[in-house]
Amino acid sequence: MSIFVIGYYALLLGASCLAAYFNKRSLFMLLFTLTLVSFIIGIVGGVSALWFVTGAAALILLAGMTAYGFREFLVQILPGEASKEFKTAPLTAAFGMFVIFTYLVMGIFAPLIAPHGEAEVIASAFAPADDTMLLGADQLGRDIFSRIVYGTRNSVGLALAATVLAFLLGAIAGLLAATKGGWFDQLMGRIADVIMSIPSLIFALLMLSIFGPSIPVIIGAVAVIYAPRVFRLTRAVAGNVVVMDYIEAAKLRGEGTWYLIRKEILPNSTAPLVAEFGLEFCFVFLLVAGLSFLGLGIQPPTADWGSMVRENATLISFGDITPLIPAAAIALLTVAVNFVVDWMLHRSSGLKE
Amino acid sequence: MSKKNEVLLEIHDLQIQGYSEERWVDIIKGVDLTLHKGEVMGLIGESGAGKSTIGAAAMGYARDGTRISGGSIEFDGMELSTATEEEKRALRGSRIAYVAQSAAASFNPAHKIIDQHTEAPIQYRIQKRLEAQEDAMQLYEKLRLPNPEEIGFRYPHQVSGGQLQRAMTAMAMACRPDLIIFDEPTTALDVTTQIEVLAAIRDIVDEYNTAAIYITHDLAVVAQMADTIKVLLKGEEVEQAPTEEMLKNPKEDYTKSLWAVRSFKRDQKSRPKGAEPLVSVQNVDAAYTGGDKVLDDVSFDIYEGMTVAVVGESGSGKSTVARCITGLLPPMKGQIQFKGETLPPNYRDRTKDQLRQAQMIYQMADTALNPKVQIREIIGRPAQFYGGLKGAALKNRVDELLDLIELEPSQFYYRYPPELSGGQKQRIGIARALAAEPSFIICDEVTSALDQLVAEGILRLLDRLQQELNLSYMFITHDLATVRSIADEVVVMQHGKVVEQGPKEDMFTPPHHPYTDLLLSSVPEMDPNWLTTLLEERGVDNVGDAASQQIDTDDPKVST
Repeated sequence: MSIFVIGYYALLLGASCLAAYFNKRSLFMLLFTLTLVSFIIGIVGGVSALWFVTGAAALILLAGMTAYGFREFLVQILPGEASKEFKTAPLTAAFGMFVIFTYLVMGIFAPLIAPHGEAEVIASAFAPADDTMLLGADQLGRDIFSRIVYGTRNSVGLALAATVLAFLLGAIAGLLAATKGGWFDQLMGRIADVIMSIPSLIFALLMLSIFGPSIPVIIGAVAVIYAPRVFRLTRAVAGNVVVMDYIEAAKLRGEGTWYLIRKEILPNSTAPLVAEFGLEFCFVFLLVAGLSFLGLGIQPPTADWGSMVRENATLISFGDITPLIPAAAIALLTVAVNFVVDWMLHRSSGLKE
Repeated sequence: MSKKNEVLLEIHDLQIQGYSEERWVDIIKGVDLTLHKGEVMGLIGESGAGKSTIGAAAMGYARDGTRISGGSIEFDGMELSTATEEEKRALRGSRIAYVAQSAAASFNPAHKIIDQHTEAPIQYRIQKRLEAQEDAMQLYEKLRLPNPEEIGFRYPHQVSGGQLQRAMTAMAMACRPDLIIFDEPTTALDVTTQIEVLAAIRDIVDEYNTAAIYITHDLAVVAQMADTIKVLLKGEEVEQAPTEEMLKNPKEDYTKSLWAVRSFKRDQKSRPKGAEPLVSVQNVDAAYTGGDKVLDDVSFDIYEGMTVAVVGESGSGKSTVARCITGLLPPMKGQIQFKGETLPPNYRDRTKDQLRQAQMIYQMADTALNPKVQIREIIGRPAQFYGGLKGAALKNRVDELLDLIELEPSQFYYRYPPELSGGQKQRIGIARALAAEPSFIICDEVTSALDQLVAEGILRLLDRLQQELNLSYMFITHDLATVRSIADEVVVMQHGKVVEQGPKEDMFTPPHHPYTDLLLSSVPEMDPNWLTTLLEERGVDNVGDAASQQIDTDDPKVST
């Protein structure tokens, strides 16, 4: 029995005893369950399985510490009100914000961070990782790490632009429909129904084959696909607000529709809309990645995570995990955005007056 | 009264805390309460006094976000503050029952009334389903519900509010509990309906010798119902005494101030001679899309500087008249004149000046003020919109208006409505109306959501403003005490028709129209024997809905 295994169990048992002694019930349950499970894992998988458990725990711990540190950092640098909000944020949200922050930095400073250009051929095809190439080369001999960095800019930027456009279209239509009512409401509602009745991927493929896969067309098509969902949510939320007496008071004052929407309705429906923005962003991101994977999204040689997965897919059969790295980047961003959105949803539905 | 010597519920030094802004704050600060078998205790106090919290605690229940932090609650020898959830569950419904304020919100709309009624007896295996249904019908009959055999098989939305409240009382009686907690059971009802419910509750509590805690903020109601009254203020007991004694000589200043609330009265003004009316409603018919006529040939005038009260029970069309005047609901027939000129029926067609002249103050200040807008903007917007004020001039105007409604400008300028109390919100609502510099204000039940002390403050404020600014009010209300204190003229409405109108003094002296009479006699008075006397005079079957249906159509005042 190696020293590692002895140390492993000693640490776990010691920590669970300490937790029990200090009456930390949930922590004790977690640690002791892990000890018991480790016995089984150790017997079945041997020492390497225990190393894996240790690695995973260390990774989670690292993420937790990063999140904690990032939250404290935000609390310190932000002014009064905002810092109070962040103080009560859960660690998951802080982790999400940290990931989003990292992606932002990566996207904005891509040319500075990436060691090579995104279309620059620097090695032979599928060259393994070495000192100059962190993650090796792709099927044409381009540096994968550099392409992932540039991909942040392209994929995230495209998804963000499409989501913003979808929100502008959907929210304005929804607010107008709720305020005006009558035939306008009906017309908008039926248009939304028609768009929603077409499967989104097929609709996008149709649009892209008609107009050709250029970036404005992708943004436009994706925005049109997602606008009806935003429209329905906005209309429902605003519908609850327009029946309030203060809207009636403003109408009787003689205020115009634009004032009603901007000053009276919008401030009372922002919370669910912001949360919806985060969710929709994830869906849009996945749709754009899916389009790239099918070859109809961003065109080569521009780096994009979805197409990177497709181009390097053959490597999977050789047991190489390189094609999974851009996929993991997509997954991480989706999870991070959802963490932040969960927190915002909780806040808007919470006990706050 | 030998039946009252056995103690049923004993609460000692009860302390309850609520969680707000990441801290536990004391809500109830050590209240004692002793309730004997068959005794009815009234808990009164303004909102936030902790009445309902104590009522819930009597069942061993702490609402979400609150906790019982100290003291003991002993129900029939059993300590509830330390009892397990299982033990408390066994008591609730079978030995302690609860009647909530809004019966409409407390019944499940998807099930028939009788199925909800029999749920508790079946659950506790006290009765079989059919027995329980028989029993329910008997209770319905005792509570004088119409068609007791059949009414239970309807869904909650198919019966009226007063009937539903009685059905809920019957449901509470289903297991013949020892204690019922009534949490403002009649607050949401009209005066005429309130009587039926009060009489029914009192009889049934008497008959089964049930102890009850009756929570209300209406003194006159509690005087009818309770044997003893306990007055609460901010989570502390002010005083407790038997009803008669409490009404005759209250000891504490706070209690005296509660008693004195209804004393506000001002001189009645009469119409200026030869002047034309400021607002004139002429032969107005109105209906909501596709519905029946809600207003039928309604006409009345409002003169400058006068207050006209429009009274009637809910559904009588009071608020619809206001919607016609403001132009939200264009009338089908007839017209609204303002200073002699006819107003366009739809508010969209009116000029800015016409809109400015008529302002509105709403019943629910919560929904009448945008929660996401600062006070300075809520009040400042009309001044900016109509008067074109900007910058320093606008700030001065807002300060002036805040001064006018007796709120300190520097304290309220940057705050948001949810941070204010109910009375303060209503004052902001008044300031917003005043900011437009109107000559006519519609007050739609402005005081009915407020406590009596606060409501009186609002009425005094409105009266002062009227004198200073020569405003005309149209005061929509179902509370005749408010009418007595502030109105110059009264318009009585029933089923969308004006049944009687005239100066206030005439209206409050007989002979009345029978409907006016019914309304007037249904207002609870402070005399603890008032309900008994009234029921003797009118007979138990001649109150509420039954009475308004029995109005004699041959009466000379009806045909006029």
